[in-house]
Amino acid sequence: MSELALGQGELWRSLRGRTQARIGLGRAGSALPTRHRLELQAAHAAARDAVHSPFEPDRVAAGLPGLPTVRVRSAAGDRLTYLQRPDLGRRLDATDRAHLPAGEWDVVFVVADGLSSRAVHEHAATVVTETVTRLPGWRIAPVVLAEQARVALGDAVAAAMGAAMVVVLIGERPGMSAADSLGAYLTYRPVPGATTDADRNCLSNIRPPLGLSYEGAAGKLAALMGRARELGATGVGLKDESDALPA
Amino acid sequence: MSVHTSTLGGERHRFTSLAQLLAAASPERSGDRLAGLAAESARQRVAARWALAEVPLTTFLTEPLIPYESDDVTRLILDTHDAAAFAPVAGMTVGEFREWLLAADGPALTAVAPGLTPEMVAAVSKLMGNADLVAVARKVRVVTAFRSTIGLPGRLATRLQPNHPTDDPAGVAAALLDGLLLGSGDAVIGINPATDSPKAVRDLLDLLDGVIQRYAIPTQSCVLCHVTTSVDLMERGAPVDLVFQSIAGTQAANASFGVTLGLLDEAYEAALKLERGTVGRNVMYFETGQGSALSADAHHGVDQQTVEARAYAVARRYDPLLVNTVVGFIGPEYLYDGRQILRAALEDHFCGKLLGLPMGLDICYTNHADADDDDVATMLTMLGVAGASFVICTPGGDDIMLNYQSASYHDALYLREVLGLRPAPEFEAWLATMGLLDEAGGIREVDAHALTEIAGRELAA
Repeated sequence: MSELALGQGELWRSLRGRTQARIGLGRAGSALPTRHRLELQAAHAAARDAVHSPFEPDRVAAGLPGLPTVRVRSAAGDRLTYLQRPDLGRRLDATDRAHLPAGEWDVVFVVADGLSSRAVHEHAATVVTETVTRLPGWRIAPVVLAEQARVALGDAVAAAMGAAMVVVLIGERPGMSAADSLGAYLTYRPVPGATTDADRNCLSNIRPPLGLSYEGAAGKLAALMGRARELGATGVGLKDESDALPA
Repeated sequence: MSVHTSTLGGERHRFTSLAQLLAAASPERSGDRLAGLAAESARQRVAARWALAEVPLTTFLTEPLIPYESDDVTRLILDTHDAAAFAPVAGMTVGEFREWLLAADGPALTAVAPGLTPEMVAAVSKLMGNADLVAVARKVRVVTAFRSTIGLPGRLATRLQPNHPTDDPAGVAAALLDGLLLGSGDAVIGINPATDSPKAVRDLLDLLDGVIQRYAIPTQSCVLCHVTTSVDLMERGAPVDLVFQSIAGTQAANASFGVTLGLLDEAYEAALKLERGTVGRNVMYFETGQGSALSADAHHGVDQQTVEARAYAVARRYDPLLVNTVVGFIGPEYLYDGRQILRAALEDHFCGKLLGLPMGLDICYTNHADADDDDVATMLTMLGVAGASFVICTPGGDDIMLNYQSASYHDALYLREVLGLRPAPEFEAWLATMGLLDEAGGIREVDAHALTEIAGRELAA
């Protein structure tokens, strides 16, 4: 059937099935109808709240039974500073650095608030737990719960603890249609200040049921970590081949 | 290195270089603080402005902020400076230049443009209030053309941006239909593709060209890919109307985008040869935005607004059809909130216009910036009054591909309505033939319409 044979309402319903773009919204004069104006504001509010909700490390720790945790802050003392000074969000608070236990760790997991505490509260503990069960025999450091943190804060954590690699689970920049998306960044032997994004492997959009599942994320992460240990590297040289591996 | 001093309230302030003086005189913004260039106090900021007001304009010709030897943008600025055009203001200080700009008429401003450098216009903008930036920019008209004419008095064009996260043709066509029915697209129908692969870009170009040809729409398409991809596609006979590129204000920042002036020269010549325009030969489309040089670690100690203005020197070499600053896109580490984004939008528009560019804006913000749709409305209104050539519009103001908020097609209807602005004349005539104009010249809200076949064809395909 030609789309032209459809009524106007049916046409837009059909077209909206092909894109998440906010099309066919109609008009009130030149402006948006009330319902669509409020829907946009609701999506924006969810994203804003995700950015500004305070990080609750206790909630994450409660989801990690059997795994010890350590809390640190970045050098960005508050949210306002954090948003304006990415350089400070990459540096550890000097006092907190001293509290990090050094050891012969194969890996340290860092759970960092990033730009969405909501994503971290909802997803991070399960991703850590699921990944750890796939790493038998690994010497796993206490999980570091980091406040006002950027991805590269993990480099400083790994260096301070002597860990061979670091996995940073961090709240991604919220969009209007996804305010709770978690990212995972894997880096082998990071050097603070010298390691760049090209040295990392990234999984993004961990956000079941709409995004990547916990099992999918943990499986990919564990596979990447195993390959990273064999190669002695992460980043552009390490490809995600986990889909080709047996389940 | 020149030393600049001023005494304010009995306190003496000293600035050890022109770059430091310009940075300290800049309005507060997070990017300059991040770069370690911002004024240390509100008093020091005003002291810097007092000192800057006394600097002769000729100083900017003899004291480059970034060395001539090491930066091709500096060489471009100084080598193409038009001394004859500069003559009317050659004897002025920055402070006197501000007063001259506010008193001058439009033709005088147009005539002086080739004699101005980015550093001069950036400097004077730091002495201007938001209303000054509007008042001066409003007097400048820069008219360009390809298949539609952009920048005429009383007109406001729009970029229709039907992005889709996987470049799905049906999704793009649906968003394209939505924008056209809301009277948008006279500046350009422009897609940010999800990948830069030549095949994906080619498919989108063919889709847009097909619609433009079939409905004889007097506009131009652009799939915003790297300039080298455009050159490659033009050689293969793809229907490229406008060549796009993101540009910045230093050689090193441009290198981080993978471009050189030589590459841009090559693309410009290739696009001109295609002769695809009907009413004009402006074939380039550039995007800029404060913060890009800093994020590329390529700012050379120059504040983010001044280095942004230098990008306009790159743009004007190629007589572009469109230039827009993507003003709030990068995030709050460069422009923290609605107030900083508005100020930057007015500065960029003012500087670009004074340098002779057809300035438009992507009035936008990200969710981690302290801004909302009311800030968009405020910016739109001020930029409409200031005579912006065009604005970027997305469905409902939400771009699902780039995850940021911009103006909507409805916002553009609002702006045309409250300021009595009309679309580009060729596009307006087309809207009339399609039955989309009402008696008052506004966009008619239509029910079933011939254009809906655009979406039908792609859905069926």
